Amino acid sequence: MSIDTVNINGGLAAGPLKAKDFATSQDVRWCPGCGDYSILKQVQSVLADLGKTRHGTVFVSGIGCSSRFPYYMETYGMHSIHGRALAVASGLKMANPDLDIWVITGDGDGLSIGGNHFLHLFRRNINLNVLLFNNQIYGLTKGQYSPTSEEGKRTVSSPFGSIDHPIDPIALALGVEASFVARSMDRDPQHLKDMLTRAEAHRGSSLVEIYQNCNIFNDGAFFSFTDKETKANSVLFLTHGQPLVFGAENELGIHLDGFTPQVVNLNDGKYTKDDLWVHDEHDLIKAQILSRFFDDRTKKENALPRPFGVFYQTERPCYEDLLFEQIATTTQQIGEGQLDNLLAGGNTWEIK
Amino acid sequence: MNTMKELEKEAVIIKFAGDSGDGMQLTGGLFTDDTAISGSDLATFPDFPAEIRAPAGTLAGVSGFQLHFGSREIFTPGDRFDVLVAMNAAALKVNLSSIRKGGTIIVNEDGFDTKNLRLSKYQDDANPLGDGTLGDFEVIKIAVTKMTREALSESSLGMKEKDRCKNMFVLGFLLWRYNRTLDTTHKFLHAKFTKKPDILDANLKVLQAGYNFGNTSETFTTRYTVRPANLEKGSYRSIMGNEAVVLGLVAASKKSGLPLFYGSYPITPASSILHGLAKRKNFGVKTFQAEDEIAAICSAIGASYGGNLAVTGTSGPGLALKGEAMGLAVMLELPLVVVNIQRGGPSTGLPTKTEQSDLLQAVYGRNGECPMPVISASTPSDCFEAAFEACRIALQHMTPVVFMSDGYIANGSEPWRYPKAADIPEIKVDFAKQEASEEGFMPYRRDERLVRKWAIPGTPGLVHRVGGLEKEDVTGDVSYDPANHEHMVKTREAKVEKIADYIPLQKLDAGHDSGDILILGWGSTYGVCQSVTKQMLEHGFKVGHAHLRYLKPFPRNLGEMLKSYRHILIPEINNGQLAKVIRDKYLVPVVQYNKIQGTPIYKEELYEFALTLI
Repeated sequence: MSIDTVNINGGLAAGPLKAKDFATSQDVRWCPGCGDYSILKQVQSVLADLGKTRHGTVFVSGIGCSSRFPYYMETYGMHSIHGRALAVASGLKMANPDLDIWVITGDGDGLSIGGNHFLHLFRRNINLNVLLFNNQIYGLTKGQYSPTSEEGKRTVSSPFGSIDHPIDPIALALGVEASFVARSMDRDPQHLKDMLTRAEAHRGSSLVEIYQNCNIFNDGAFFSFTDKETKANSVLFLTHGQPLVFGAENELGIHLDGFTPQVVNLNDGKYTKDDLWVHDEHDLIKAQILSRFFDDRTKKENALPRPFGVFYQTERPCYEDLLFEQIATTTQQIGEGQLDNLLAGGNTWEIK
Repeated sequence: MNTMKELEKEAVIIKFAGDSGDGMQLTGGLFTDDTAISGSDLATFPDFPAEIRAPAGTLAGVSGFQLHFGSREIFTPGDRFDVLVAMNAAALKVNLSSIRKGGTIIVNEDGFDTKNLRLSKYQDDANPLGDGTLGDFEVIKIAVTKMTREALSESSLGMKEKDRCKNMFVLGFLLWRYNRTLDTTHKFLHAKFTKKPDILDANLKVLQAGYNFGNTSETFTTRYTVRPANLEKGSYRSIMGNEAVVLGLVAASKKSGLPLFYGSYPITPASSILHGLAKRKNFGVKTFQAEDEIAAICSAIGASYGGNLAVTGTSGPGLALKGEAMGLAVMLELPLVVVNIQRGGPSTGLPTKTEQSDLLQAVYGRNGECPMPVISASTPSDCFEAAFEACRIALQHMTPVVFMSDGYIANGSEPWRYPKAADIPEIKVDFAKQEASEEGFMPYRRDERLVRKWAIPGTPGLVHRVGGLEKEDVTGDVSYDPANHEHMVKTREAKVEKIADYIPLQKLDAGHDSGDILILGWGSTYGVCQSVTKQMLEHGFKVGHAHLRYLKPFPRNLGEMLKSYRHILIPEINNGQLAKVIRDKYLVPVVQYNKIQGTPIYKEELYEFALTLI
């Protein structure tokens, strides 16, 4: 376990850091009851559990409610501009690949104004963690629909209902072959901690989409996944190597009929556990089918449950490793650059 | 036997023009290399279409390369040319109006067949070679294509490959005409085609054939010699503007001891900086071809936060996209160099044509009170020092800096007395170190230059947060306090203005330190301002020329200098941007001379205009 020997006041502190050691003196200014509080707490707790240092950790964010996050973390941090945190973090990682970098973004910041960078980060596979706080609304600008808002949503900017079709960040990330893709939620601290821990352990760009309740502008958006009454039948927790089961008594499961997933009841005698889809985190095709478990439960009977957990994980080279490798190989092949040779170039002459 | 005359010339302007696929850039470049080695001073400028391969033979497809060389100081690639090399009818048509009366036109007569004449829109197949159009000029008609094929009659190459050698025929002929040898070109061809012996052989044969044609054809009775110029002693090379930017950035990286990070998105005419740096991996250079202009600058801001010498490069439209992030860098007070190679605007504008389009954008073009130093290069080789200086200011004053060049400088070339690495000054950079003081690290505490410390992630004891929200003075905490905001706005401005204490005073580039006219310029008009000033001085006028490298802040003595002349004449390839800034800053009347045609200002026109002020 590593130890950070200097506390915020520059004095000396001994011993491993606790969760509270990652908290700053700044007053946290999210609305009371906001889902962000829970996420902040779990992140601080995971950093402490993993023995991280303050000085080796950086939080980078864009703009939005969630993007205030770095101010509350006693680590290095940058609250950058709207949508651009992923680009800033990419450059930082290339400057110093030893840093442990976390990007905090939201559905507007990461998928709308910053959508382009989202695609390119995950295809490049730069080793950092992206926590996407999805509350399906613009909070900081006071309640406009976001790119993850459901169709028909009535907001200040869509008084007659939104006609925008929503985006699913999980499917988007898989589409550009992100190497780690997971979903969690603010109301399930243990699951969230597990996902954060897994994301941090993964080498490459990790996406954790976190369903986060905005109790002011979009309260209850994820009610069916968090409420005791409905949670069991609408949430599917993914565990690698385990069959896909859900329901209050694990009586429901997912059977894959060709490429078509079906909800089956294990109690009706037609199917047993052996007929169920066994989750394989390393199967991109199946992860893409899973990402399409995205039904609007208010509009569809027998809707597929919403998966939470690690959809997909694979090992592939990180961009910054390849970059440094190329620098090393080239230098080895043609020798370290000499400024005098560079200045002279290939063709010189003397004036005497 | 005819007797060969040898004529001496003080200076010559040649334009090589042909189809995009005719290899005119290479021909011009090789003739330039040989000219440089012969000791002439020179300046070049390529002129190519925005389309990569416009249809062959058309007016849109004409590509050109202009060379001005001489035994005296050469400041510009020249106005009207003495010699035009035209490989086809389109090349002649496009350039005809720019040849000096009495000049020489060397044409490939095989490029004037019916098809070429039709494509270059000569009416009813009128042929300018035979209809008296060229009566004012000396016309040398050479069947270049035919003779190239003949020279290669025994070669196994296909017809297309053979025809590709025809530029070597022209080059060989010109090298003969200007009394040179083929040595330099041989060296180049051997190096370029080591792995393709049959292509090498063909090029050498055709080059020789062109040279021999001059020698043996009894048509030509005159060879020309341009004596070496009186250049300063030393080691020289030829350099293009963007290449010099690459060298300046790498030198700054070496001299500051910081790895160079270059985040960029391809854009004309800045892309060749990305290409140049991508080749320098063995200098530890990291190039990042970002997904867009915004990611390019933001990645550079991230790299700067992480302690690298961070640079992003672009042209006008890209600079507009980077505006918000430049503001972030101003707030963060991190070092960053934004390279802007200007082109014709607005919008997509004239991508391959030159314009001093973005001075106002660089100085004023961001939201909020957002001061950034602005530095400009004035010639291709000057890009080296100016880019190096931009890095120095960024690193030592913890600020983003705009470095300005333009298409004319970027692609133009000139001889450069290159420095020795040991003679280039170090750039001293201090990173914040762990402090054991009671109050802890204060990220926005400033020194006497108003500069804050660079504290990079990974350093124990200095953890802090930065961001685009207004900062409280000293602590760097987020602050909405009204008085603090005003204080910080003024402080950021004062910090940039204070840089004036750490840059040289404005010098006079030529002429008298008082008098009738001060020609005040910036950027790529350097050459024309020098030429016009010198010509006026020769005629006894009391004039001076000052060319600005520092556009924000201005040198401390500039205001005084402006008061010493009856007229301040500001020639610009825009609608008067420096003129606005000078009026804004100094409240002095200035006279503008503006040309916004995607081309440089000509000496003749500026000279005549200046005379009207006397």
